[in-house]
Amino acid sequence: MNNLIKGEKHDWEMVIGLEIHAQVKSNSKLFSSSSTKFGSSPNSQVSLVDAAMPGMLPVINKYCVEQAVKTGVGLNAKINNYSVFDRKNYFYADLPQGYQISQYKYPIVGEGKVTIDFKDGTSKDIRIVRLHLEQDAGKSLHDQNPSKTYVDLNRSGVALMEIVSEPDIRTPDEAGMYISKIRSILMYLDTCDGNMQEGSLRADVNISVRKPGDEYGTRCEIKNLNSIKFIKQAINYEAKRQIEILESGGSIEQNTMLFNTSTGKTRPMRNKEEAHDYRYFPDPDLLPLEISREEIGKIKSSIPELPDELKNKFIETYKLSNYDASVLTAEKQTSDYFNETINSDPELKNHAKIVVNWITSELFSLLNKNNQDLNNSPVSPENLGQLIKLISTNEISGKIAKDVLEDMFSSGKTARQIVDEKGLQQVTDQGEIAKVIDEVIAENPKMVEQFLAGKDKLLGFFVGQAMKLTKGKANPKMLNDILKQKLNKKN
Amino acid sequence: MSKSSLKQTLKDLDTKKISIRELNQDYLKRIKENENLNVFIHFSEENVLKQIDNLEKDNSAKKLKGIPIAIKDLFCTKSMPTTAASKILENFNPTYESFVTQKLLDEGSIFVGKTNLDEFAMGSATNTSFFGNTINPLSKENEPLAPGGSSGGSAAAVAADLCLGATGTDTGGSIRQPASFCGVVGIKPTYGLCSRWGIAAFASSLDQAGIFSHNVEDASILLQSIAGFDQRDSTSAKVDIPNYFENLDDDLNGKTVGIPKEYSIDGTPMEISQIWEDAIKVLEKKGVKIKNISLPHTKYALPTYYIIAPAEASSNLARYDGVKYGFRSDEIDSLDEMYENTRAQGFGREVKRRILIGTYVLSAGYYDAYYLKAQKVRKLIADDFNKAFKECDFIVTPTAPSAAFPLNEKQNDPIKMYLNDVFTVPASLAGLPGISIPFGKDKNNLPLGIQILGKHFDEQQVFNAAVSLERSYE
Repeated sequence: MNNLIKGEKHDWEMVIGLEIHAQVKSNSKLFSSSSTKFGSSPNSQVSLVDAAMPGMLPVINKYCVEQAVKTGVGLNAKINNYSVFDRKNYFYADLPQGYQISQYKYPIVGEGKVTIDFKDGTSKDIRIVRLHLEQDAGKSLHDQNPSKTYVDLNRSGVALMEIVSEPDIRTPDEAGMYISKIRSILMYLDTCDGNMQEGSLRADVNISVRKPGDEYGTRCEIKNLNSIKFIKQAINYEAKRQIEILESGGSIEQNTMLFNTSTGKTRPMRNKEEAHDYRYFPDPDLLPLEISREEIGKIKSSIPELPDELKNKFIETYKLSNYDASVLTAEKQTSDYFNETINSDPELKNHAKIVVNWITSELFSLLNKNNQDLNNSPVSPENLGQLIKLISTNEISGKIAKDVLEDMFSSGKTARQIVDEKGLQQVTDQGEIAKVIDEVIAENPKMVEQFLAGKDKLLGFFVGQAMKLTKGKANPKMLNDILKQKLNKKN
Repeated sequence: MSKSSLKQTLKDLDTKKISIRELNQDYLKRIKENENLNVFIHFSEENVLKQIDNLEKDNSAKKLKGIPIAIKDLFCTKSMPTTAASKILENFNPTYESFVTQKLLDEGSIFVGKTNLDEFAMGSATNTSFFGNTINPLSKENEPLAPGGSSGGSAAAVAADLCLGATGTDTGGSIRQPASFCGVVGIKPTYGLCSRWGIAAFASSLDQAGIFSHNVEDASILLQSIAGFDQRDSTSAKVDIPNYFENLDDDLNGKTVGIPKEYSIDGTPMEISQIWEDAIKVLEKKGVKIKNISLPHTKYALPTYYIIAPAEASSNLARYDGVKYGFRSDEIDSLDEMYENTRAQGFGREVKRRILIGTYVLSAGYYDAYYLKAQKVRKLIADDFNKAFKECDFIVTPTAPSAAFPLNEKQNDPIKMYLNDVFTVPASLAGLPGISIPFGKDKNNLPLGIQILGKHFDEQQVFNAAVSLERSYE
């Protein structure tokens, strides 16, 4: 695969690493018991600790620690028995303590990796450097008053997992696939709700460009991107910007950038000289976090099947392609739906590929068209299973099945009901089909002549005519066979 | 002054020899007579009377019912403002009660007021307070003396008999040194014995609440009341708290005392060396084995402390930014200016000095040379003690290198001021319990203090040695 982009003068390669901030799914904050509910009225979920009142102390929320360990296991990563919370010191209005409690030298999770799968069947590992726990800051509201900034501390202290990748990503698409994969794993684990719109999952992107084979170039960091679309846009824009500078003989300044979602452009927020000195040091209010092998083992054993395991299982059990299996397992709701469908009838196990196609193309496109989600699909897995069974047993044709599905989608009826009511059963009676074919042959003597003279393509014409007469219900294979027989007899 | 002890007062209250109201009226009177000492940042007679009213209606038995206690103004209290002696918290009224003060309230004690201290407990003379100096009650006329610090207000409150006990906090000597200067008993327990919840932080890994009292028995009663595990403080210890008072035992026969040679420092006044020797002689007479020990890293304790404490302080005090509570400067044109002017105007010189030192030692490029190295030395100092305590049951040293000095004497020389902590800081770094008891006087008839250090959570041994020395001195 060619991942290079063409510049004016030569080709360039992007080098990309991601820092993903995933909000830990937990009812209460990392160091206080305040609620983490999204969308509550400002400052309604703020404890004395969150507001950094004098003498208030953080106490670790053990559930958040378990969630981080779970996530580490899901990222095939090393879980550290010993980790330390550090203070990252800086002043900002929505940072009440004047420092963020984070993990610096000793994160709770070490090296790991995730695999992304391409359409062509190949895949690639993206290495994870670390995962650490940290507090979120509050929110500064600049648009409520022309001369004032208001501060909402509801988010202040909410637990985040920062997942840092190695610079193994080479294209915007890979970046998108990587974050999708991380999101998928977190959602399978139920350690993050994955809601990018609400900011539960956001990313900082580090990007540099180089001539293939060269050392890494100077990188820039684009902060706080909260959709895959923006991530790709920002990478594309930033890479182009860097290439233009380098090709015109300039050099890249190591900057922290912001991405403007309406213009699609990045702009510098601060340069290296203006970078904060965060003066990290171990938080003396907290003891080092120690997790025993037993505790880790207990958490490990509670972990559900993850996308990659499920993918391999699907490939093995149902002989699916790597790509099909990865599409099916990208979201938990999809793999759940597939499982329920295929298990609704023992017969369906032999038609796994058909089940996949009906879910990922027919049903998905209907859901898309109607702006609906698989979780609330009007067609239940059992009903879809029934429809597919009707196809596999030749009771209806695939073509008619599409109409039936649309009907099921809007009316909520079962496939059986619709097929029975409308009399859509496939005609499989040899005699009946032969009768129709005789009719068609009799009515089109010229065409028969031409066909016999060698115009093979006309076979399709006869099939079409016969289908028309049976209102599409004739079994296509039988129709074809009988038609060929009859025509050849004429010869 | 006729100072009655807490122990005696509890008896008198119990036998109805005196009522809670009579008792506290007596203390209120003295408090008003001694306003010139500037012991209290907050004192309200009305508030005290209200507490008396409430207690009179309360029929339940409580361990410290009606006992007047003074609270260092670093403990957050619901019924009184909490300032940490800083302009930046002027008029700050907490909506919560610190763990320690809540325990005292639960026991039925009466808070007579909030005592003065060095701003955010940074100082050794109670002269960095935004609310002015506290004067040592032992001062002679025309020559005001410092009460020591940072808990100088609390030490003075006990010395002037304005209460039967007071809370303090000790980060590097802030209970023991003022106790020595004011001639009262002051105990800093093991780090983790009393919850830090609700105490405005100075240096989290060192801060520890403790008690001032007229004598060792009273200290043992009061310490038991404020000790205990608190799940809201992650560094709070889950240990059983013995009944220190019931278990007091002045028979030290067969015990071993450690005498660290590194605490003989050049320039220490003769009188101080003398009381140290006297104390050792007394112990020897009581059948205590004298063991010369070595704490080889003692000389690094002070510089280590003055890296770690300011480092933590620089971060702990970042929350005072003018955004949420407390003082905010009027001169604001931007967010940065709000921080700069609020903190420039809200903090005093010593606090700013320590924030600067702390910020410096944590900075990129300096962290390893200062903070990290200091942490390593701290470990060595703790190891020194661990080794020494294999050979002895407790350690005896002087508390401070001098008696109370004149107010303002060392105001402009921070290094000299920092040297006050030379004997108290090592135990702070090691998290060990230490008590200072009055033991002898200098040539000006000013009290001097002896410090007794014990093993982690062995407050009982510290009290036993202290009560034994105290009784032999009396």
